[in-house]
Amino acid sequence: MLGRSANGLFWMFRYLERAENYARLIDTGFRMALTRDSITAEQEWGSIVETAGMAEAYLEKNGTYTGMQVWNYILRDKDNPNSIRNLIGQVRQNARAVRNVITSELWEAVNESYLQMNDLLAKPVTQINLGDAIAAVKRESTLVRGSMDGSMLRNDIYNFARIGNYIERADNTARILDVKYYVLLPSLSYVGSSLDNVQWETILRSLGAERAYRWLNAGNMEAKSIADFLILDGRFPRSLAFCYAKIRSNLASLALQYGEELYTHEVMRKADMRLHDADVDKIFDTGLHEFLADFITDNNDIARAVEADYRFVE
Amino acid sequence: MNADDNIKFDEMHGGDGAIRDAYSGYCEWFDEQNPQALRKKHREAEAFFRRTGITFNVYGQDEAEERLIPFDPVPRIITAPEWRRLSKGIDQRVRALNAFLHDLYHRQEIIKSGRVPEWLLRGNEAFLPHMCGFTPPGGIYTHITGIDLVRTGPNDFHVLEDNARTPSGVSYMLENRETMMAMFPELFTRVKVAPVSNYPRRLARSLAACAPPAFDGKGKPALAVLTPGIYNSAYYEHSFLADQMGAELVEASDLRVMDGRVQMRTTRGYKPLDVIYRRIDDDFLDPLTFNPESMLGVPGIMDVYRAGGVTIANAPGTGISDDKALYSFMPEIVEFYTGEKPLLPNVETWRCMEEDALKYVLDNIKDLVVKEVHGSGGYGMLIGPTSSKREIAKFTEKLKANPHNYIAQPTLSLSTVPILAKKGLAPRHVDLRPFVLMSPNGIDITPGGLTRVALKEGSLVVNSSQGGGTKDSWVLED
Repeated sequence: MLGRSANGLFWMFRYLERAENYARLIDTGFRMALTRDSITAEQEWGSIVETAGMAEAYLEKNGTYTGMQVWNYILRDKDNPNSIRNLIGQVRQNARAVRNVITSELWEAVNESYLQMNDLLAKPVTQINLGDAIAAVKRESTLVRGSMDGSMLRNDIYNFARIGNYIERADNTARILDVKYYVLLPSLSYVGSSLDNVQWETILRSLGAERAYRWLNAGNMEAKSIADFLILDGRFPRSLAFCYAKIRSNLASLALQYGEELYTHEVMRKADMRLHDADVDKIFDTGLHEFLADFITDNNDIARAVEADYRFVE
Repeated sequence: MNADDNIKFDEMHGGDGAIRDAYSGYCEWFDEQNPQALRKKHREAEAFFRRTGITFNVYGQDEAEERLIPFDPVPRIITAPEWRRLSKGIDQRVRALNAFLHDLYHRQEIIKSGRVPEWLLRGNEAFLPHMCGFTPPGGIYTHITGIDLVRTGPNDFHVLEDNARTPSGVSYMLENRETMMAMFPELFTRVKVAPVSNYPRRLARSLAACAPPAFDGKGKPALAVLTPGIYNSAYYEHSFLADQMGAELVEASDLRVMDGRVQMRTTRGYKPLDVIYRRIDDDFLDPLTFNPESMLGVPGIMDVYRAGGVTIANAPGTGISDDKALYSFMPEIVEFYTGEKPLLPNVETWRCMEEDALKYVLDNIKDLVVKEVHGSGGYGMLIGPTSSKREIAKFTEKLKANPHNYIAQPTLSLSTVPILAKKGLAPRHVDLRPFVLMSPNGIDITPGGLTRVALKEGSLVVNSSQGGGTKDSWVLED
């Protein structure tokens, strides 16, 4: 297959994943803000924008963090390259470019999602229809992933798409944790306070993890165990460990199909080893922030190695 | 005021209002249908097109703007004997075109014989001196041709245009049929229609038969469709054909010349291509040869081509056969190379660069269609009978200033076929573009083609860029 097509697939699924992650983020902000006084709510929205990595550009356009401004900026602002509307446009643009290597089922799912989301996001989103918009983003991205799952051959095409998907997901989980890492640091004065609980819930919610975490931990909210869950629990589909297991297996399939391992596989092995050796006590000893920063660097290195080894660009 | 003031021929109802043979099976079926249900299916078809992204981009509009070409669910039907006659004429014409191109880029016998004037080539940008003395693999220039036909009576088909530069629209021939079969499966059990769905396979086979000398003969030649990219108006078709043929869909940036071959960048390194079905114009093929300013194209591809390292379809320099001044010489061209009288007549054409012709055209401009020699897509033309005095005056100025840039033709009364309009069936003007493949193994014409229909009542402009739609085109089986 063409290097350009591999690139298209990789980014198609990165953008799709990113759109879904942003939708979760807005959802979290909204729930948090609802139960807060206006000052805390504004802080909450500010933190959402920061987590999305849009703080600078956002402040250039808007002076304050009101909910409606924030969610419209993330959902549909044309000047925001990472607005969900622009991301879904990018997903479709990439899908069009690789139209001849994906199934009609997958293409139609993407195209329909795009048409649907364009309609939904044509006008500013108010509080009344915010829930619909968020649900639609999550639903459409699930549909696209599902049509790929149900219709595509398990070959290089599939593997490049999945690698893009999980690189983005790992990056997202790591960044959310990193922005809020201080919340998870054991600090005597905060333990058990309601502020802690709320902040922990924010993290879990924005990763769609609150139910899963509760099931596994019987409601036991504790910083270390939350970090352990989100970083190392291979059962949770947004944990760093889970994402790496997926990327590793997709890279292994590529090596099998192409009959050779490349530099990428070496980079992956090293990154994998570091994650495998970690346990939550060690992570907290060396510093959660340092650990996450290293992880994000490793993750980027894997992405760059894939791009270079498989000739995504000239 | 429009051409309907002339005698008109409706392909369903003929002259006397009785259903013509071609449509008898269809009309029987149609009479049993509930009009509301038909309209509902029609709407579903439009939704289907939008969902599947069968769209085209309109030049000069927002990049993101994609439009649907309106689809009409009433088929355009041609009988088997009619098609056999047409096929013979098309076959003859395409053979002549290919022979003409070979001659043009070699000894130019036809010019020496005085049948075609030398001025046609002089200053004609579509004529490529780089092709002189070079014979493409298999001697084929016109791998794919779209011949635009218009009909004025039961037995009167004329060629309106030859499209050999980069004829498009074949994906609509295929998708329209798919849509019709999905909407009305029972109709196809009652009326036997020749299939078109194997066109991509036939195209792949035909192109493979033109592999270049450098092809190692192992397996199948490596085939790619070369597209300008996702913003091109026909991008959907490019990806569709690549998909259906099992070919790669490449952009120029995927290609480079290495070791005397044109190679594409794959995830596993560079791999040579044997046959490139290009959907980009000559100008953008090779910046080293044609357009040094162009960022597009594959530097050095023409050298590889001339050395037998790759086949380019259609051959560079083929576009000259789309020239409308050249078109006016097609009867002479057909006779010169086939030794036969043309089976398919041209439309009468005045070359405005000739003094007498220009005078005639100026005197009768309100009854004529005047076209730019190099124009396409229905742009830059004047339809006398439907134009205002001011439009005619303005166009006359342009014509007088630059007569050699124009030809003129009578305003033909194109045949009509009904469309499904709000108030039931209503006649609209149509043309037909069959797609013709050529390889050393011969000429292959898929029974059918693209029927374009002017959706506005009385309108003669069928171009999709100007409000035209399409119909499924049926050739009945015996």
